[in-house]
Amino acid sequence: MSPRKRRQRIRVLQYGVLVAAIVAAAAIADWGQIVDVFFNVDAARQTVADGLGSALLHTVTYSLGGFVLAFIFGTILGLMRLSEVGPYRWIARAYVEFFRGLPTLIVFIALSLMPLAFPGMSIPFDPYGTVWLALGIVGAAYVAETVRAGVQAVPRGQVEAARSLGMSSAAATRKVVLPQAFRIMIPPLTNELIILVKDSSLVFAIGLALSDFELTTFGKSEANALANVTPLVVAGLAYLVITLPLSILVQRMEASTAKGR
Amino acid sequence: MTSNEQTPESSSPLVDIRNLHKSFGDNHVLRGIDFSVAPGEVVCVIGPSGSGKSTLLRCINMLEEPQVGDVVVRGEDLTDPDCDIDAARRHIGMVFQQFNLFPHQTALSNCTLAQRTVLGRPAAEATRVARMNLERVGLADKEDALPAQLSGGQQQRVAIARALSMAPLLMLFDEPTSALDPELVGEVLTVMRGLADEGMTMIVVTHEMAFAREVADRVVFMDGGVIVEEGTPAEVIGDPQEERTQEFLRRVLDPTNAGAL
Repeated sequence: MSPRKRRQRIRVLQYGVLVAAIVAAAAIADWGQIVDVFFNVDAARQTVADGLGSALLHTVTYSLGGFVLAFIFGTILGLMRLSEVGPYRWIARAYVEFFRGLPTLIVFIALSLMPLAFPGMSIPFDPYGTVWLALGIVGAAYVAETVRAGVQAVPRGQVEAARSLGMSSAAATRKVVLPQAFRIMIPPLTNELIILVKDSSLVFAIGLALSDFELTTFGKSEANALANVTPLVVAGLAYLVITLPLSILVQRMEASTAKGR
Repeated sequence: MTSNEQTPESSSPLVDIRNLHKSFGDNHVLRGIDFSVAPGEVVCVIGPSGSGKSTLLRCINMLEEPQVGDVVVRGEDLTDPDCDIDAARRHIGMVFQQFNLFPHQTALSNCTLAQRTVLGRPAAEATRVARMNLERVGLADKEDALPAQLSGGQQQRVAIARALSMAPLLMLFDEPTSALDPELVGEVLTVMRGLADEGMTMIVVTHEMAFAREVADRVVFMDGGVIVEEGTPAEVIGDPQEERTQEFLRRVLDPTNAGAL
């Protein structure tokens, strides 16, 4: 059989499997039941009325606050990774490896248990402070690597040009290197923000008051109350309302930087 | 080594280098350089690649720190640990082979940034000086262009204007035309010739023999990390005494060796 014929037959087979799977799913599944449990219009209405907007707002607040902290810690850590002072590099490296390797959920739980370890101590703006801190601590590890890669992507000649004009090392970093590095970093940082939006759902593990519910906690509580999965589907769609525009933005930016080169 | 009697009869040299040694790891690039430049003098440094000429130039503003020897500029030893190198560099302009313009800033901002941050000049004055220097290199109409919108020759002229905006006493040129398409070399050399005519002190690492012959007060031939021969262009290029100089010039002046000129 010629390679071309073989390729054609494989292609026919691939479509055949796909069609068979769809037909089987349609035949086996009880569609009425599925629609009723997952896409129940009344349950969806109820979910929206019970405070979907407020939950969405909380998700945004939790993840944005976490991102701001992650950005600040991460920039410091990223610059430490590039420091000429060995111990700074080692500390930053250890931090990055530690928190990248750890499930975010563990950090959430550990932070919520802090009062056990330090009686009398509490994280301010509870529960916001706890969520922000947990997301910030973990996000910083990723942001640090992004900052390091971004700074290293700025050609060495840029620093040399700045220094040859008499700029101090700090001024060259601030005025010449970081503006260029951040431009390179915007797509990966946006990806990091998307991840934080999703990770903010982990707050459900530490227990929230009704008034602080974010999308996942809210969806789960509604699903329990209505004995229907639809609220979780609605909450999931609400995440997409935040994350899809962001990821489209990243694609656009990556396309435009690719063009600029 | 030929000495040369034609150095301008100024009292003290602007640049005085004594017994300079520089190694990169095991690679001993500069092996004892003694070299001085009088105010107003134009010195072209020629030699095969790897001869150490760019390293010598980069030692003059301490972009490379030599292991042994003194680099005295305006009577100040830049190798002294107490020397404020940022302050010293304000008086030493540098032009790089790869231009190293700040890509995120317009031609005008490239010329104002160091004036603002290093000299603390007010915006209006920095802009005035920058415009004057852009005009000097024939790019008054390009002040709003980003480097990516300019040709290589234009970028290099902006880089020259950027260095000139700091009102340096000395200009270092590190193969300023080597990265340019052949038809763009002339415009950069014209600007440099103009500077030389105005009396700027210049040290030029170059492969442009015609330029060296025409513009230089003195030509220095380097090979293997030492100065092999120096003198007037007529002496070094026209009538080289050392075999290594003759050999090098035979290679670069050979008309079948396209691109060398």
